[in-house]
Parts: sequence; structure tokens; C-alpha cells
Amino acid sequence: MAYDLTHLRQLEAESIHIFREVAAEFENPCLLFSGGKDSIVMLRLAEKAFWPAKLPFPVMHVDTGHNFPEVIEFRDRRVEELGARLVVASVQEAIDSGKVVEETGPRASRNRLQTTALLDGIEEHRFDALFGGARRDEEKARAKERVFSFRDEFGQWDPKNQRPELWSLYNGRIKQGEHIRVFPISNYTELDIWQYIKEEGIEIPDVYFSHQREVFERDGMLLSTGPYITLMDDEEPFMETVRYRTVGDMSCTGAVESTADTIDKIIEEVAATRITERGATRADDRVSEAAMEDRKKEGYF
Amino acid sequence: MEMLRFATAGSVDDGKSTLIGRLLYDTKTIFEDQMEAVERASVQMGTEHTNLALLTDGLRAEREQGITIDVAYRYFHTPKRKFIIADTPGHTQYTRNMVTGASTADLAIVLLDARKGVLEQSKRHAFLASLLRIPHLVLAVNKMDLVDYDQERFEEVKEEFRTFASKLDITDLTFIPVSALHGDNVVDRSANMTWYEGPSLLHHLEEVHIASDRNHIDARFPVQYVIRPQSDEFHDYRGYAGTIAGGVLRPGDEVTVLPSGFQSSIKSIDTLDGPLEEAFAPMAVTVRLNDEIDISRGDMICRPNNQPIASQDIDTMICWMSERANLGEGSKLLVKHTTRTTKAIVKELQYHLDINTLHRDEESIELGLNEIGRVRLRTQTPLFFDEYRRNRETGSFILIDEATNVTVGAGMILGESS
Repeated sequence: MAYDLTHLRQLEAESIHIFREVAAEFENPCLLFSGGKDSIVMLRLAEKAFWPAKLPFPVMHVDTGHNFPEVIEFRDRRVEELGARLVVASVQEAIDSGKVVEETGPRASRNRLQTTALLDGIEEHRFDALFGGARRDEEKARAKERVFSFRDEFGQWDPKNQRPELWSLYNGRIKQGEHIRVFPISNYTELDIWQYIKEEGIEIPDVYFSHQREVFERDGMLLSTGPYITLMDDEEPFMETVRYRTVGDMSCTGAVESTADTIDKIIEEVAATRITERGATRADDRVSEAAMEDRKKEGYF
Repeated sequence: MEMLRFATAGSVDDGKSTLIGRLLYDTKTIFEDQMEAVERASVQMGTEHTNLALLTDGLRAEREQGITIDVAYRYFHTPKRKFIIADTPGHTQYTRNMVTGASTADLAIVLLDARKGVLEQSKRHAFLASLLRIPHLVLAVNKMDLVDYDQERFEEVKEEFRTFASKLDITDLTFIPVSALHGDNVVDRSANMTWYEGPSLLHHLEEVHIASDRNHIDARFPVQYVIRPQSDEFHDYRGYAGTIAGGVLRPGDEVTVLPSGFQSSIKSIDTLDGPLEEAFAPMAVTVRLNDEIDISRGDMICRPNNQPIASQDIDTMICWMSERANLGEGSKLLVKHTTRTTKAIVKELQYHLDINTLHRDEESIELGLNEIGRVRLRTQTPLFFDEYRRNRETGSFILIDEATNVTVGAGMILGESS
């Protein structure tokens, strides 16, 4: 008799273990939810970890105000299905109250401002552990981050001073004001996520599937036209058949040309692609070689 | 698809980065934008060849100083398996990093240079792989191109390593002659070494039998979290959630709960996807029992006739990871073992083990950073454990410094102190 689990079931078991460990050891955890495919998978895993009980923690969305409307609609419906409590940390409110100043110009992005909204949200609700959907295959700095990633009282990450992490024994001990970022899907690749979505029959927002959209080209990326972005002089909008590989702030998330309109076709496309998902679609990572590391040190997701 | 986790040990000089780069490149895992970024960075740093180490050295300090700070995790797959590489640096903090990477590995690749043979470093890596009981060890004898693909040289290195390895507890040892630079025996069998009849490295990684590496004999279920929905639909539901650490559980099985010793039987094994007929390691499930007994996190569910050792006096091997303080007699620490955290005091440092010579120094009174020794611990509450050699899940623990909350040690249980 072979007692054998597929890679997806092993990854799932590991994630469930992590969710339960946090629920058992922390006073006030919270799950960060962006509406993207990774956080949708996270919600399913959390649901599995505690069924038949409801999630023993709320769900927080750091809202830049520049959302895909389909994603917000999806978020609200899913949270209601799960009977979960939703907390919104609003970048717009932080701007309105004068806490942060919005960048100006056509390349303005609210990406960095998310960090302030996030850290304020953590402080206001006294969260001591935050689940995030980051994966180690996404980016080089993330490849070295722990599953339980320590943050000091300023919410900052010190990559050179991380706690060793061995076996499946996670150290979640913190002092008042500090917190832990927890990454239950660290070991999934983009392909694993899609295979899991397929195997589980998980519903995802329509923007992930091929559709017609008015876009324009900037820095080699296709950005959606819309109320949150100003075209520069030489930029001409046109219609294109696209889909999104990642879903984030509309003003800095690029679409990819694609005719993949089913999960199977997406899996085929992802398996054959030669460019990483952040490289293809995220303007925020293009700033410098260490853009992600710098933002993470400041307290970013 | 099966999943295999492996750790790689060796230094840049042994061609470790080239080997990993080769595996990733030839399995089409390196993406164009990653390759371009590495090429740009190599030009900026003025290196002659594209430096594949930059693929894994992701932190700013690493690129600036040309060093690897930490364990990096890399992913690739073939049609047969998904692979997770724990890439551990060869020089800085090698013990701490290798122990970390090795703790979850099914297999370790130790690289050595065919010209140099078995160096102290290779011995160290092989020893740590055996200490952490990685089930499969591969000795990749690299740079065969620089010894004219000579079979005799390969056999010499093999013999030299076997002599050393006889002192270690290694269950499965495979030697593969490779040239990471030219790709010989990495993905495909080499045309330059027709005398070699074994598999290529990738073929071995795809085929090595790992399904029976986990303990499926001794049923161990450490209770992680108690699920009580208290909803109308599940009014009286009380389930014990956890990850199976060993053996197989089935509904109807008689069980004993430690530390209380109460007996009951399994009513059901629940998941969101429906009840299970059987569950085994490393599945994460929820178990309900037929009797209402008081069970909480840190308790252990096992079989009446097959129980773990329950004791407060434990002989262990510890790898110390703190630079702030040394470990010595009287040190007080927190122990996290399965789902149980308790206090412990060091009763005795029995010996310090020199990992280069395997010499046991019984005069030693302290373990410093990256040192390994045999330590007798006394815990505040009993732990329910197996010997590490029998079960890596119920035989391992971490040590936490209560003052700083930092993880300062990794421990493997040898048995109950006599």
C-alpha cells in the first residue's frame, strides 16, 4: 500500500498546518485579501483549516481606491459566503486625512501609500499576525523570506536577521507592538496555484480570463485606460484581447495579450510562458533591482 | 505529481550555482526577464561570465558583497515531479543554514570538485546530511571535464568518500560524475563518460523512491487546534485538528490520548471535502472521538499498544545557532516540540562534536554559534516523542530564547536519558 500525496495535496496540508498554528498561538490574527488569485486560494485553504467552524479571524483589504470593480464585487460576495468579517484599510482615507500625500503626474502610483494604510490598519486593530499570499517563486527577496516573518514595532523586515526556520516548527513569539507576517503558500508556484484552482473548482474574477479591453502601452506593458490613469502625449489607446496574470492596483498592473478563456488554457499558457508574472505585469517591481526588498523592509506586504 | 525537496551543499568554487543554474535552465525554469536581470547585473559588477549565482542571491547586501546570506528556495518541475531546492550557502553560517535547509529535505546533493577530491567541507556537508537524517544522499563529483572525464579519478574520489562515510549513518548513497558547466550527466547522460552506467542527476531526482521515507507505522497525531463551531448546525461538534506526524489513522481505531491516558476510539476523520476512510502523514485533518474527554493543544493521540516515549529527561543532539550567548549547563530555554511548548534546562553537555573530525570533546563546557553537541535536557512538562531516527516529526524540536524570542537551537532526540 503506497501512502502517497500529490504535490498539490502536500502543499495544501502544509498551508492548513500553518493556518492552524497561527490561530492557536496568536491573540489577534488577520488575513490580508486583495481579490487576487493567490488570496482567493488563501481563503479556500483557511476555510479548509477550520471547517466546520468559521474563520477565527477577520479579513483585511488594503484598498488603494484604484480597483477593478469586478474584484470588489467578488470580494464582498466571497466574504459573505464565508461569514467572515471584512476590515478595509483605505488609502483614500489616508490621503483625505492628510496622513500621506498622493504622488502626482501621469506615473503617479498609490503603491507605496499602501504600506502606510496597512501599518495603520495593523496598529488600529492590534493585529499580531497577518496572513499574506506571497510566494517564494515570485521574486528574489521573497525567495529568502521565512514562512513566519518577523516584523519589529515599526512593521519593518530585517532580511539579514531572520529567525532560522526548521522542520514544521514555527516560532511565533513576539513582544507587544511587534507582529508576524505569515505566508502559508510560500512554496506554491504560479502554476501550482492555477492547478489548485482547477482541481478545487475555485471561482475567480473574470479579469483573469481573456476579454476585450481598451489599453495603451507604457514601458512595454499594457495598462488599462480608466479613471485612475492619465495618458501621456504619445500614448494611444486601442482595443486588445487580454487577460490579467496578477490583479492589483489598476494603475500599475499590466494586462497580457491572451486568448486563454478557460482555466485549462490558462494553465497551458502559464506552463509555456517565459516571463515571470511580476516581470510581465508589475510596474512597481521595475523601479530597481531591489525594489521589492526595499518596500518589504518598510513594511510592505 | 509527486514532490521532492532537496538541499544542495557546496561552495561557489564547487560549481553549485552553475549546477542549479543548469537544472533550472535545462528544465526551462529560468525566465527571460530573470536571465536579462542577471546578465545586466553581471555586466554592472564586471564579471566575465553571466553569474548564475545572482539568480539566487536576491538581497541587496548579497549582490553588493558577492556573498550568499541565507537559504534560498527555488522551484522547478518536470513532467514527473515538482522540486523544491533549499539552496544553502557553503561559507557563511554554513552549519546553521545547512541544518535549516536539511531539516525538511528528502535528499541532499553534496558537490565536490573532481580535482580536489573529498575536502573537509564535503565531509562536513555529508555529516550534517546524516545528522539530519536526510533519507537520500547524492555525491555529485563535479568538474569531470577538468580531469578528462577519467573513470579512474571518479573511482578514487568515490573510494575516498566511502571510507569516510562508513563512519556515518547514511542509508542511501549515490555517486554521479558530472560537469555542471558543460551539462554532462546533469539532465542527459554524458557522451563523454560512456563508462558510467548510472542515471543522470535529474533522472535520479525524478526516480528516487521517496514514498516510503515517512513513518507510516507508528500512529502519532499531535493535537494542534480544537475546532468547536458552536453553530446551530454543528452544535455539539468538537474536533481535534492537526497534522498526522506518523502512522495511519482510520475511523474505529482504538486510541490513547496523552498525557491523560484516556482511551477512546476514532468516530470520524473530517475534512471540508468529506470524511476520510484513512489518513496518513503528512495530511492535515480533523479527528473526532467517540467519547467526550478533555483534550487540548499539545496533547498527543496515539494507539494504546504503540505509544511515543513520554519523558522530561531527554538526550539530544543540538545545533546551537545563537551568537548572543552560548549553551552550557544550567541554560534555560523554551522548547517547541510538535504542538507543545515548554521550558527546559540544560542538565549536562555530554560532548561537543567537531564536525570536521567527528572527534567528541567531553571536556567542553559550552556550545557556541554553529557548534553541535550532545546535550541532556530536563523539561518542565513531559514531551511525547520518538527517536529522531525513527520519526523526524516527533523527534525534532527548536529552542527559543525567552528574552529575545529568537530561535537559537535545533534539536534531534536520541532517546530518554538513562
